[in-house]
Amino acid sequence: MIILYIILGILAILVIFFIGAYNGLVGLRNQTKNAWAQIDVQLKRRYDLIPNLVETVKGYQIHERETLEAVTRARNVAQQASSASVAERSKVEAELSSALARLLVVVEAYPDLKANQNFLALQEELTSTENKISFARQYYNDSVLKYNNQTQMFPSNIVAGMTGFKSGDFFEVTVTEERAAPKVKFN
Amino acid sequence: MWEQIRANRMRSAVLVAFMGGLLLAVGYFLGLAFLDDAYAGLIIAALVWLVMNLVAYFQGDSILLSVSGARKISQDDLPRLYNIVEEMKIASGLAKMPDIYIIDDPAPNAFAVGRSPEKASVAVTTGLLQRLNRDELQGVIGHEVAHIVNRDVLLMSLAGVLLGTIVLLAWYASRMMLYGGMSGGRKSSRSGGGGGGQAQIIILVVGLVLMILAPIAAQLLYFAISRKREYLADASSALYTRYPEGLASALEKISATPQQLRTANKATAPMFTVNPFRREGRAAADLSSTHPPISDRVRILRSMAGVSAADYERAYAKIKGRGGVVPASALKSTPESAAIRPPSGEPGEDTAARVQRTREASDAVWRTGSYKTIDCDCGTKLKVPPSLKGARVQCPHCGRIHTV
Repeated sequence: MIILYIILGILAILVIFFIGAYNGLVGLRNQTKNAWAQIDVQLKRRYDLIPNLVETVKGYQIHERETLEAVTRARNVAQQASSASVAERSKVEAELSSALARLLVVVEAYPDLKANQNFLALQEELTSTENKISFARQYYNDSVLKYNNQTQMFPSNIVAGMTGFKSGDFFEVTVTEERAAPKVKFN
Repeated sequence: MWEQIRANRMRSAVLVAFMGGLLLAVGYFLGLAFLDDAYAGLIIAALVWLVMNLVAYFQGDSILLSVSGARKISQDDLPRLYNIVEEMKIASGLAKMPDIYIIDDPAPNAFAVGRSPEKASVAVTTGLLQRLNRDELQGVIGHEVAHIVNRDVLLMSLAGVLLGTIVLLAWYASRMMLYGGMSGGRKSSRSGGGGGGQAQIIILVVGLVLMILAPIAAQLLYFAISRKREYLADASSALYTRYPEGLASALEKISATPQQLRTANKATAPMFTVNPFRREGRAAADLSSTHPPISDRVRILRSMAGVSAADYERAYAKIKGRGGVVPASALKSTPESAAIRPPSGEPGEDTAARVQRTREASDAVWRTGSYKTIDCDCGTKLKVPPSLKGARVQCPHCGRIHTV
């Protein structure tokens, strides 16, 4: 009789652990999905802003056709890849980021354009959208790290293996400029 | 973030429980001394506490905002501020965008209110908007959003209500003891036996000591909770922005300004980023301050080697000589590898940028007062008050006529 109770007790503990681990994994997976949706919203916002920006800049007879075309091209490539895998997308989006950064540097040489209210508003939106993309990426990567840890570490990896939880992909930055950004130190 | 909230809750729950114990003790002796019935005192204390809690829970944020003279703004009023709040909302993984309020006050400061992350608001003063560049403002907003994410606002209002109730009860009790005579004492000595009188005196003495000590003890507990929250919010802000220098330099700027906040009072003080009552030259933080000294907060932020909670803990231990500000479980849950990002490069100190920010902030204040603004072609910005009856206004500079 006692042995039966012990077995039942162990079984109950196992079931409770299983439920807890499973729910934890589901929660983390949903968090990564939600974080990914946030990135997606901001990337779409950037696609919408770029035609406006290009039009405004063109209005000022800027002799930087190549830079402008590079931005438009990168935008179209990125938009077409919007249902591709995380790794593929992070590559094309990074290219768009660097094309945009080049344009904003070039624009510095045109004081008329920089005084235009419309352009200033666009610039604020674009700067902020870039920030939001990198913050969303940051949050997404943190969430993926936590989720991956849960799926790979013992004992929750057993539950993950049984119920088919797979590790997520990080949204990596592949642009060389962004990687090589100077490291700031405070002492 | 989950683990951090849980660990925070545990520590703070202990402190809040102490405060609750104090309240019960006050109620108990109040009952013994005046009503001859300890339970009646307990019930009165609980009732007062309950009513105050209900008010704080359902009306607390709107009371605080209206007392501070805060006005709600939309995205169009101040795109920069709105964007920065949204950036921090995304970085922290907050589910809902907080409401944004501005306070027309030259003293730079900010606070967060709201009982849950779903119903939260962030308020900043126009002085803050004028002085801080993008990175700095981001650091301050990150700090406020961290208060929301860590559920600090709810905790602090819980602790604040307990403190308020204890102070209120103790104040009335001590006045009644001093001036009202001890009706309860007389009554019971008449009805009770000879030993009752002596017990009554002991109860009164203990009660009197308690009435004096309880508010002080509650205040110290409250400050202990509040200071820890400030350090934690600083750590979270560094993690969200990946740039501790932003908040550090913002804190420095805020502490360098001479103005005191006009609308702050003792009850709202712990809500702000920086203690609104700090005095110039005062080391300002021992046991009796809601906020840790700014110089310490700045030094900790500046000596962080990375942006994770563990980096903050190490920096804190280096400056303070002892660790333990970040709960152990929170240390494990945040990624260790994250590095500090380079500054955004937005001009911070040049006059043009500052004039531009001042203009933006004051325009937003005008608009929330339901003034209309009209951009004239000559570059003038007309501000049309809501009381204007006619349909047209003339520009005072160039004479053009505008329809409202």
